[in-house]
Amino acid sequence: MTTPPPAEPPATPPAGTGKSGEESRHRPFSEIFKESFLEGNTVTVTVLALFTATVLGGLLCAFTNPTVLHASAGNMLGQAWDVASGTYVALFEGSVFNPHTVAALFQQASLSTAVHDGYLSAVFNPLSETAVQATPLILTGLAVALPYQAGLFNIGGQSQFIGGAIMAAWLGYDLSLPFFVHVVVCVIGGFVGGAVIGWLTGEIKARTGAHEVIVTIMLNYVMQYFLAYLLSSQSLLQASGSPNPITPPIAFNAHLPLLAGTNLRINTGFLIALACAFGVWWLLNRTTTGFEFRSVGANASAARVAGMKVERSWALVMLTAGGLAGLAGSAVIQGTDFTLNPNSYGTYGIDAITVALLGRGKPGGVVAAGLLFGALHAGSPGMQTSTSTPVQIVQVLQALIVMFVAAPPLIRALYRLRASRSGGVGTTVSKGWSA
Amino acid sequence: MELELRGITKRFGPLVANDEISLSVAPGQVHALLGENGAGKTTLMNVLFGLMKPDEGAIYIDGKAASFHSPKDAIAAGIGMVHQHFMLVPVFTVAENVTLGIEQAGPAGLLDRRKTRRDVRELSHRYGLDVDPDALVEDLPVGIQQRVEIVKALVREAKVLILDEPTAVLTPAESEELFRIVRQLRDGGTSIIFISHKLKEIQSIADTITVLRRGKVVGQRTPPATEDDLASLMVGRDVQLRVSKDAAAPGEVVLDVEDLTVVGEHGTLPVNGLSFQVRAGEILGIAGVQGNGQTELCEALLGVRPSAAGTITLNGRDLTHASPRDRLRAGVAYIPEDRTEDGLVGSFSVAENLVLDMYDRKPFSSGINLNLPEIAKNAAERITEFDVRTGSASTPAGTLSGGNQQKVILARELGREHKVLIASQPTRGLDVGSIEFVHRRIVEQRDHGVAVVIVSSELDEIYALADRIAVMYEGKITGFRDPDVPTAELGRLMAGGVDAAPAVPAEAIAPEAAAPEVSPVQEEM
Repeated sequence: MTTPPPAEPPATPPAGTGKSGEESRHRPFSEIFKESFLEGNTVTVTVLALFTATVLGGLLCAFTNPTVLHASAGNMLGQAWDVASGTYVALFEGSVFNPHTVAALFQQASLSTAVHDGYLSAVFNPLSETAVQATPLILTGLAVALPYQAGLFNIGGQSQFIGGAIMAAWLGYDLSLPFFVHVVVCVIGGFVGGAVIGWLTGEIKARTGAHEVIVTIMLNYVMQYFLAYLLSSQSLLQASGSPNPITPPIAFNAHLPLLAGTNLRINTGFLIALACAFGVWWLLNRTTTGFEFRSVGANASAARVAGMKVERSWALVMLTAGGLAGLAGSAVIQGTDFTLNPNSYGTYGIDAITVALLGRGKPGGVVAAGLLFGALHAGSPGMQTSTSTPVQIVQVLQALIVMFVAAPPLIRALYRLRASRSGGVGTTVSKGWSA
Repeated sequence: MELELRGITKRFGPLVANDEISLSVAPGQVHALLGENGAGKTTLMNVLFGLMKPDEGAIYIDGKAASFHSPKDAIAAGIGMVHQHFMLVPVFTVAENVTLGIEQAGPAGLLDRRKTRRDVRELSHRYGLDVDPDALVEDLPVGIQQRVEIVKALVREAKVLILDEPTAVLTPAESEELFRIVRQLRDGGTSIIFISHKLKEIQSIADTITVLRRGKVVGQRTPPATEDDLASLMVGRDVQLRVSKDAAAPGEVVLDVEDLTVVGEHGTLPVNGLSFQVRAGEILGIAGVQGNGQTELCEALLGVRPSAAGTITLNGRDLTHASPRDRLRAGVAYIPEDRTEDGLVGSFSVAENLVLDMYDRKPFSSGINLNLPEIAKNAAERITEFDVRTGSASTPAGTLSGGNQQKVILARELGREHKVLIASQPTRGLDVGSIEFVHRRIVEQRDHGVAVVIVSSELDEIYALADRIAVMYEGKITGFRDPDVPTAELGRLMAGGVDAAPAVPAEAIAPEAAAPEVSPVQEEM
């Protein structure tokens, strides 16, 4: 009771006014998490957080650069500006559009030679790379965002990814099927592989009440070492004759079809990711199952009183989420890597949380955030070569973005915005947009 | 110490929670603040205790203006507050709780536990509080925990003690004890501000009564003021709380509960071999002080809490082990005790809340999809039928007032086909207008042949609705009575009295204390 309670309206309050139902007594962790990360957030805050992170990231690039540090005092600011802007230009050129490739295109004698020699592809290569990088981020991001709507925090993107990748790789090299069939079998296999791991988490929580955060983190280790084990034995997944922990390459028939010719890596995995995002939106907003998920997430005890089977929802939503992360595994194996090794899962499990957070837990937001981070990934190698800014700065930039998104009061204070959640009566309508 | 509030005004956006409130509290006086939920009592006390800053007006102590920026300032000025919900650490001892925040370190920075214990013992003795400094707070009954709060304030040298709805959680006997303590404190020179919306207890304890309505002081009285006078002051019109209803015409037994037992968290038996029957077209009122297993009983009736023994039968069908969904489908309509926690999904729209337990049935679903047009149509109909005051059907239910939230729940539950209505604390925290509405609907249900179970710790509500009264005490029903039973007799049963002839003389429990009411948590927090 140290926080001032919300407005106490006079007796018989008019319609639409009243308490915002704020009870500050016993709040579970998940609710505090929800509030501090997503609820207190607005589109404005997210945009400003991006902006702030960009500015800070630029400063960081500039003032860690040896040229800037050794410049004379008068020159320093100019140098710093050059480095920072150069970094972002290089990022942009690597992820969206590079004017030089257009210039090169127009120097070609004819369009047909341009297409033939790959000059046209070069123009679209940055976008293609962004899409390729974004694909697993979107899928794993959805795997976090969907359970979040049902009140669960899925840290297990990594284990579910590995589950899907194992299935996709194994079905990919072990079977010999016609082209289209093989792709579909592997993709479904990837979904199932992830779904099993996700379902396990949900089922353990449903049956024993174990917290899903603990279970998913532990399953990450289990799956990580399970993969290492599988890759260490030639009788299991390891490629025969290979000294390295790596599977044989999957059959060409199992490759996800490319979308824009052989020069660009963009493939149907990206379409699968977009379709999944739409599917998740539909599931949540249009189906009875999604209604259950959202009810359970927003108020599990009211859901229970209304006759919903809360435990079943947990298992089901984790199963679906696991499947989505598994699809990310399949997209990486069948779309770009074609073999499975201990580096395949990268940091997708953790990046997924970041993407879901930046996407405010909504499928559309996840796509946008996935594309943004995909662009950062796609642009970073070019940035390193052209401005000698280390690729790690991209990770710092991501971290900064998330930090600022996670701290709306900081952003509000920086930009002197009015808090949108003061609990007062008039603010409930504008909640979420006014900042 | 003379405490005076002058022209206190506190606004929340367009709402004026306190409108130029002035009152003064003389030393050694019990000053009662009477008002409905939302009248501005709690806001005023939060201003006085430094939790909120007034927009206008000031607080004067012994004629000097004081300004409180935090409860710390208020405490330093000699103001103590006992909140509705106790601010105690359950796993600490009484002495540790009392010393929390004002710890005194002895040599080498060690806590001086002995002094605190001595202080507690001394105060306890002086005011007859009977508090053991070494007891763990979690082991203490609610009434004693409340005294620990009082000791906390006294140790901090409070000259003015604010008691916010202190009897809400007490049994009639515990309330009597509290009144004795309050009188003793008053005689010792402490001023008491006693906040309540219960006319009877205010009559018996107050030296001065200030009535608040819609944020304004609407009158001041000194006892003996008539209850009617106080009530109409408080509500602003003549009050007709009793719903007019004809005699019940009970039919067949609809709900049959036999030897129901529920096992609680620590192996306790919150419901312990309890039996009752409800017939079609009658209202059974289950009275009792809160915390005697009513919550668990309702949860077991719905099936969200398993029954360890006994049977629940609805129209001859055994539902003892059925899921909540099966019970709802079998014809149970359920109004949960805690609206915001169990009845509604606050972030969902009114329309969504209106189908919360029917979303997967026709016509609200088609295949795996929701039928959004049907859901919207249903919402429009229900909102009109139950007069839900909401901006639109897509307004989040959590932003509605308590009365309108309850209407949403009623509209949903009564809109389904049902044979029995189980309503727990159906009017808790509602304003008088909403109470009348809810009561009328419940009686209407009875007249349509529905078997109704009302669980309430408001005796007024039980009297207003019940055709038969069952009193619940420690998980059992201590007796069934007709609705014309005197309050004293109910009070006796509520305190665990034996069912047979009154063993305790009726006057042992003062009638004014026999109406322990429930704290209107959602409204006043």
